[in-house]
Amino acid sequence: MSIMIDDAACRGCGRCTAVCPGSLISLNKNGKAWIRRPQRCWGCASCAKECPVEAIALYLGADIGGAGGRMTVAQEGSQLTWTLRMPDGCEQSIVVNLQDANSY
Amino acid sequence: MELKVEHIETDFLVLGGGTAGCYAALTFSARSAAKVLIAEKANIKRSGCLAAGVNALNAYITTGHTPQDYVDYARTDAAGIVRGDLLISMSRGLNRAAQRLEEIGLTIQKNPDGSYMARGERNIKINGENIKPLLAAAVAKPQVTVLERVAACSYIMGADKRVAGAYLVGVDDPVLYVISARAVLCATGGAAGLYRPNNPGFSGHKMWYPPFNTGAGLAMGIQAGAEMTSLEMRFVALRCKDTIAPTGTLAQGMGARQINSLGRVYEQDYGLSTSARLYGTITENLEGRGPCFLRTVGATSEQDAEIEKAYLNMAPSQTLRWLESGLPPSQKNVEIEGTEPYIVGGHTASGYWVDTHRETTLKCLFAAGDVAGGCPQKYVTGALAEAEIATEAAISYMSDELKQTDIEQTQRIKVWLESHLMRTMPETGDTVDGLEEEMQALMDEQAGGITSNYQYSQASLEQAAAGIYSLSKRAKALSVPDMPELTYLLELRERLIVCRSLLAHLAARKESRWPGFAKHADYPEQDDSFRCYVNSKLEDGKVKVLFRDLVEEGEVYEHHDR
Ligand SMILES: Cc1cc2nc3c(=O)[nH]c(=O)nc-3n(C[C@H](O)[C@H](O)[C@H](O)COP(=O)(O)OP(=O)(O)OC[C@H]3O[C@@H](n4cnc5c(N)ncnc54)[C@H](O)[C@@H]3O)c2cc1C
Ligand code: SF4
Ligand code: SF4
Repeated sequence: MSIMIDDAACRGCGRCTAVCPGSLISLNKNGKAWIRRPQRCWGCASCAKECPVEAIALYLGADIGGAGGRMTVAQEGSQLTWTLRMPDGCEQSIVVNLQDANSY
Repeated sequence: MELKVEHIETDFLVLGGGTAGCYAALTFSARSAAKVLIAEKANIKRSGCLAAGVNALNAYITTGHTPQDYVDYARTDAAGIVRGDLLISMSRGLNRAAQRLEEIGLTIQKNPDGSYMARGERNIKINGENIKPLLAAAVAKPQVTVLERVAACSYIMGADKRVAGAYLVGVDDPVLYVISARAVLCATGGAAGLYRPNNPGFSGHKMWYPPFNTGAGLAMGIQAGAEMTSLEMRFVALRCKDTIAPTGTLAQGMGARQINSLGRVYEQDYGLSTSARLYGTITENLEGRGPCFLRTVGATSEQDAEIEKAYLNMAPSQTLRWLESGLPPSQKNVEIEGTEPYIVGGHTASGYWVDTHRETTLKCLFAAGDVAGGCPQKYVTGALAEAEIATEAAISYMSDELKQTDIEQTQRIKVWLESHLMRTMPETGDTVDGLEEEMQALMDEQAGGITSNYQYSQASLEQAAAGIYSLSKRAKALSVPDMPELTYLLELRERLIVCRSLLAHLAARKESRWPGFAKHADYPEQDDSFRCYVNSKLEDGKVKVLFRDLVEEGEVYEHHDR
């Protein structure tokens, strides 16, 4: 499990660096976010939720059968929109409202 | 590199700003005008077990049940090795904790009559995605100071086995924090990463328990001579293969049954306790009827959508798996496997040996949550209830004045930490990651990890102990270039310390009480002469094992011989 940071999209706000439970992300010399040792990532998505420009995507490593999908998430109020993009360009989204309890 | 020393004083020091830690600060600020400081290794908004969110509140006294029912359930699940006094006081606080979570903004599903909607006998339905941000926001109070990106590594010891604060190091900056306090709560969670994980390669940290909970508080206690209990009651979780995501949503939430590769439901053949469910899965695999699955095929597409949402609120990688494979739960059964063993006092009973009020055997040091022993099945609400009990005790037992920190003790810690940063030691070729991998392989093969089907013997435990001893010596000679790497080095050291005590506990319990969680090959049966706690403490550099009688609810346990 790990994350991928889109260098071009990153604005260097530092929000992801503060929130990672493993303190894995810092800003590099160019003021862009980078992850120290991607293999230490837990996959909790905290950084992706925090990023205001969806520059951080989660993916499953090839060692656990990852198929190249990248998942980002955007938050607006109590609503989270998760988007999966596949290498072939296919895209799908799921919207979760935090005011709705889980059905299961 | 030289460390700058910074002195801080507070009344109540909380180590670890996770579930129990945040709630302790919240409780303290409501009941006392004194100061409280949370010292957290990461950032309290998303640190610890709750980072990604949780699925349900797993510990709640639902309508028609009593706290005693919860105690009975936890006792049966742990085959008797629990502290009745701790379980009953925790159980009485569960519903108050849930209500408090709702007050700070957690979504909890309600019935038309206003009661919380149950899921099965002991759970209530929530949206737990934002539980940690809510707790973090709730502690923003004038009396509460939050110090982030600092890793606790040792207690400040006063005279007479009294804890007078803690030493912490900056995760980014070369600073040694010396925090003096009148009472200290240890809430640093359990220990992951002792054993080789399910996915040992690139996705090594794709584990169930947070890989950042490395047993710091346990190691600090062990080194300071605190008594520990039931470390041998390791927790092995049954999880979704690859993503190691929780299975409760499917099993308890949706009612998916455990089936083998022949499609046969096997769970009733083995019993329904947590360890029996795992034992059944291991046995089916060993006898050639694996792999095993949760039977989700047949679910409706509406159910698929709801399940995918529920996982996004807790373990997004599993939803990612369903989406990218194009095979949602209704199309493909979810393969399950056992994880590597963890030390988690919130699920099984391992951790600090505490009195009924949650004081450890070190004076003025309290423990709550996954780091505290004797009281399994705590989950979120139990960790909160325990934090409340410990905080109330801390308020009433706080020592009157701050003790002057012994300059020599501080100097010793500073020299020790700097020695790892100074590269003055011989280059051995060892690295933190290399030693960690060796430790995990050793524990896996010799001390009952995944590849040994959670089985070990006297001989293999001895081999493991010798290996941990030599790894600890090599770890002492490591040098690292910067502060983040120093944190990793300290985490390795913590794990090695926990392993040493864990091995002594495994060897001392000469029986097999929790099939699935562990099997002692030389003593494969349950033996009722071991209906007692296996405890330990470090004396003159050796782990000394003690056997203690069971404590029942109704009793008040005090440390009369600490
Ligand atoms: C993936 C997962 C899913 C779960 N799902 C559920 C669920 O659905 N329902 C339920 O009821 N329970 C669930 N649980 C159990 C529950 O979340 C835990 O039992 C509970 O949160 C533990 O609380 P804690 O305060 O002991 O640990 P944590 O909340 O993990 O807090 C420990 C804190 O200590 C910090 N720390 C660690 N080392 C140091 C150090 N050296 N210095 C300073 N700080 C340090 C950590 O960063 C962390 O913030 C789940 C647990 C996990 C791991
Ligand atoms: S997914 Fe979680 S663990 Fe991984 S980098 Fe982001 S915040 Fe850190
Ligand atoms: S939160 Fe997003 S924009 Fe901000 S530093 Fe991180 S990746 Fe860049």
